[in-house]
Amino acid sequence: MGNKQTIFTDEQLDAYQVRRRLHSRYHELAPHLVPMDYTNEPDCKLPLALIVDMPELKENPFRNRIVESFSEDGMGNLSFNEFVDMFSVLSEMAPRELKAIYAFKIYDFNVDNYLCKEDLEKTLNRLTKEELTPEEVELVCEKTIEEADLDGDNKLSYADFENMISRAPDFLSTFHIRI
Amino acid sequence: MPPKRRNHDIIEVENVGMDVDAEPDSDSEEEARRRSRNRRSKSQRKAKQVSEDEDEDEEEEEDEPPRRRGRRKTTKTDEDETPQRRGRGKRTKPQDSDEDEEGDKRRAARKGSKASKKKAAKETSDEESEEEKVGRKKAGRAVSKKEKEEQNKEQKGNVKGKDGENKDKKKKKKMSSSSSSSSSDSDEESLSEGEIAALKEQVEEKKKLIATLRNKPWRMNKRLSLLKEAQDFVEKFEGALGKGKGRRLYAFKVMMTKKLIKFNRDFENFKTACIPWERKIKEVESHFGSSVASYFLFLRWMYGLNLVLFGFMFGLVVLPEVLMGLPYGSIPRKTVPRDEEDTAMDFSVLFDFGGYCKYSILFYGYYNNDRTIGVLQYRLPLSYLLTSVGVFGYSLLVVIRTMARNANEGGDGGDEGEFIFSWKMFTSWDYLIGNPETADNKYASITTSFKESIVDEQENQKDENIHLRRFLRVFANFLILCSLGGSGYLIYFVVKRSQEFAKMDPKTLTWFENNEVEFVMSLLGLVCPPLFETIAELEDYHPRIALKWQLGRIFALFLGNLYTFLFALFDEVTAKLETEKSIKNATEWALHQYYANYSSFYNTTDVPPPKVAPADVIRGPCWETGVGREFVKLIVSDVQVTYLTILVGDFARAFIVRFLNYCWCWDLEAGFPSYGEFDISGNVLGLVFNQGMIWMGAFYAPGLVGMNVLRLLTSMYYQSWAVMACNVPHERVFKASRSNNFYMGLLLLVLFLSLLPVVYSMMTLAPSFDCGPFSGQEKMYDVVIETIDQDLPAFIGNIFIYASNPGLIMPAILLMILAIYYLNTVSKAYQQANTDLKKKMQMAREDEKNRRNNKDSTNQVMKDLEDLMPDKSLAPPPAEEEKPPEVVIDKSVKPTKTKPGTAEKGVNVQKEVSLAAPNPRRPVTRAPGPRGGPPGNTRSPQPQPGKGRGQGAAPRR
Repeated sequence: MGNKQTIFTDEQLDAYQVRRRLHSRYHELAPHLVPMDYTNEPDCKLPLALIVDMPELKENPFRNRIVESFSEDGMGNLSFNEFVDMFSVLSEMAPRELKAIYAFKIYDFNVDNYLCKEDLEKTLNRLTKEELTPEEVELVCEKTIEEADLDGDNKLSYADFENMISRAPDFLSTFHIRI
Repeated sequence: MPPKRRNHDIIEVENVGMDVDAEPDSDSEEEARRRSRNRRSKSQRKAKQVSEDEDEDEEEEEDEPPRRRGRRKTTKTDEDETPQRRGRGKRTKPQDSDEDEEGDKRRAARKGSKASKKKAAKETSDEESEEEKVGRKKAGRAVSKKEKEEQNKEQKGNVKGKDGENKDKKKKKKMSSSSSSSSSDSDEESLSEGEIAALKEQVEEKKKLIATLRNKPWRMNKRLSLLKEAQDFVEKFEGALGKGKGRRLYAFKVMMTKKLIKFNRDFENFKTACIPWERKIKEVESHFGSSVASYFLFLRWMYGLNLVLFGFMFGLVVLPEVLMGLPYGSIPRKTVPRDEEDTAMDFSVLFDFGGYCKYSILFYGYYNNDRTIGVLQYRLPLSYLLTSVGVFGYSLLVVIRTMARNANEGGDGGDEGEFIFSWKMFTSWDYLIGNPETADNKYASITTSFKESIVDEQENQKDENIHLRRFLRVFANFLILCSLGGSGYLIYFVVKRSQEFAKMDPKTLTWFENNEVEFVMSLLGLVCPPLFETIAELEDYHPRIALKWQLGRIFALFLGNLYTFLFALFDEVTAKLETEKSIKNATEWALHQYYANYSSFYNTTDVPPPKVAPADVIRGPCWETGVGREFVKLIVSDVQVTYLTILVGDFARAFIVRFLNYCWCWDLEAGFPSYGEFDISGNVLGLVFNQGMIWMGAFYAPGLVGMNVLRLLTSMYYQSWAVMACNVPHERVFKASRSNNFYMGLLLLVLFLSLLPVVYSMMTLAPSFDCGPFSGQEKMYDVVIETIDQDLPAFIGNIFIYASNPGLIMPAILLMILAIYYLNTVSKAYQQANTDLKKKMQMAREDEKNRRNNKDSTNQVMKDLEDLMPDKSLAPPPAEEEKPPEVVIDKSVKPTKTKPGTAEKGVNVQKEVSLAAPNPRRPVTRAPGPRGGPPGNTRSPQPQPGKGRGQGAAPRR
């Protein structure tokens, strides 16, 4: 035991602490479901409704999509590992490419690996709380596709999205949650 | 450490969905081992016995770092299992289903190897306990071949992994086994240079993997298992290579980087928090758009500028005079005259800046003309002049610098980049927002910004009759020129008339005739801006451009205002100069009389100065103070008017519209009065002209800057409240040009206009003879010449004389003109290059579009992405468990069901082989060790990358 301590670097300790913190957050969400002790493989998943209630996500118009994108079954049930995954991707340290991939997933409402007009409309309506008129929404979606669509298929593939987002000045600073 | 690691392992293992015999290394290791033992036990009772004993030992050692374990533990089970574990862990994610088959195959292979190993194990088992090293080595020799084979097999199995990652891992595995063998030999020296290098490379690779693992778009489970492996590997071999020391440093570095990032973030936050009114402005911006916010930004900028000017004025002029100058009442200029004393404290007088105010530090007249004051020998008059000039210099500098910076920052608003809407759509929501209020503001601001962009876009899409539009614009400009000319003539006419009236007896004039100028001016100010706005509708410009036109036109109108004001002022000044001259003559004459009388009366030439109380001294009108008072009064009345307008025009109106709407015959909110819109042009121009007044007036009334600071401060709060409380956003919210350069341009113009009269009065008008810091001088700037003559060494005086020589100034001006010409040309060339580059970029983009259309070059990413697609089959958890067996059954029947990979074929073949005849496989696949030592070379086994793993373990079985 004592010997092992030596190879337990600060970095690991740090990661460990983060994990612990995340775990306590995860536990808090549903104290009756999530065991405090995670040493022996509890197999539990938290439903979407519990997770989107976290203060970090509560105000986010895309909260459901975020959780769904990170859940393996696509329904928004998160195991602890997926939970950690979510916050690691949304952390400050995650690289742009990784964030871009998940951002794409988040904005891909119908999970067809393309951002089509429908997805954009949903995104826009969530962003503006549906304050824009239908014509304006139409215009904006058209313009967005026109701007970013490189291959001319009238929807945004990941390549299009990545190309666009990699030049966005404040993508990194906004696609980021602290916990 | 243990808790973490254990958690890790367990979670990892279990989530990855490995089949049962996946062996996590610490706690459950034993159990797993037991399981695996059971599997193969049948034929190896004996060996099992030994290994069990061994297991007990291991348990005690388990907490040691793997490195040591690797070196010391020699049990076969351990060694055997590790590669397997590794191989399995490697394959985890995408090929869950395949795993079992492979496992089976491997198991089968192992069984085979076991049989042959048994002998060796027997041979060494007793030695082992006493002399580990020797035993290990022997075992290594004995088993090495088998091990190699096994590894080969595993390798093949791994080839299945479709991405490079897996290959890496496999290599790693191989590496690890080889290195474990080397470490079990416990002498790193025996490794050849090349191998060490290779090992290092591997370790580096692993490390790289660890470092970049978080960048990979894999699910956490996969990442965890990979990380685990890589970490184990690195841990083991860093020790072997003596690299362990770097670790601490590395950890420290990482920690420091994190701390630094955090610090930077906090510092940024702090800096943002230090920007005054940032939140207020953001709030306004989110509801009213950047155009309205641009006014507040301008206001804030102005406040900053005035704060600095105030610092200059206060620190260099006002404070020294207060601290070191003569106190109030000591000399005539600092005393209220006798005939004003009665009313000097009346509120109406004070409010008019008469009485005590007039003879206070606020105004020019209060300052004394002593060359130096106080113990510091502070040259107040000089400082007064230089500070006043410095205020202009500083303002010019700041305005021009800001303009230049803004110009750099980007064009005229509107078009930034190619992805206006996309960026808005995908990056405008700040995921950090967790506060409902902030979130509401953010929604508003996103909506507003979308609306702004939509307006821009609609403008771009607009195409109608260009000729009609052109005609309308010319026509509108014609109309506006007419009305400007008309009002200009009107002003000129009225001013002329007022001069005539001024010569007449004021009592014969009506009230209207007395106040004609003011009346006409305010009427024009009231009527013209809305008129211009109406005419501007004809032009149908984009609102942003329309705002500029509007600003320009009203500015032209207000110039008339300025003109009349200055005109009146100079009339007053010349009149005062006249009276001053006569008073000066009179006082001089009186003084002369006094001296003459005194000397003739007392018959002495030693005449004491006349003893008169300061309040009783006859004094001139002190025109500078008069001018200063005019400015101060103007500013104050301006503030009053502005604030009242807001109160009545916005607040009262909003109040009425809001509450009378319940009992009114038409819809007040949608109908006629409605709510007010924020008047950007009026407010901006108000601010600009106000600043002009400050610049002009600061020379005559040093306190004016301080008052202006107060005014800006209050109006910041007042207006931002008013706009949020009483106004509605513009019909077409438009984006302000990112640079406020149009405002700045107006400001610059006003700065020049206000510079002229001040410099004129400094250079040509004679200062009052009995008040102010320059009294007694012929001209104000004489104070500079005097300083140069008296206080500076002669050669500096000479330099000034030469410098002011026309022969020098003319060439200097010429040079400057040439420089300007040159720079202008250069900047034009750059502009040209810029547009060319933009064109090229545009073309490149088109190119890219076309190319992408043709071929799909993004396979890898797409695959990763597909990987991440939610696996619907996973939705019901039980499916996970059942899947593996299914696949196992399938595999022999339908080889195509395995994941498509590069090595698919080979794998399938192998599978079949292993199923059909597990045992005979070894001899076939076994490859000769590249460096197999001669049989007799027992003592120094050549560690081979592929073989080491089983060396120590073989004897056990």
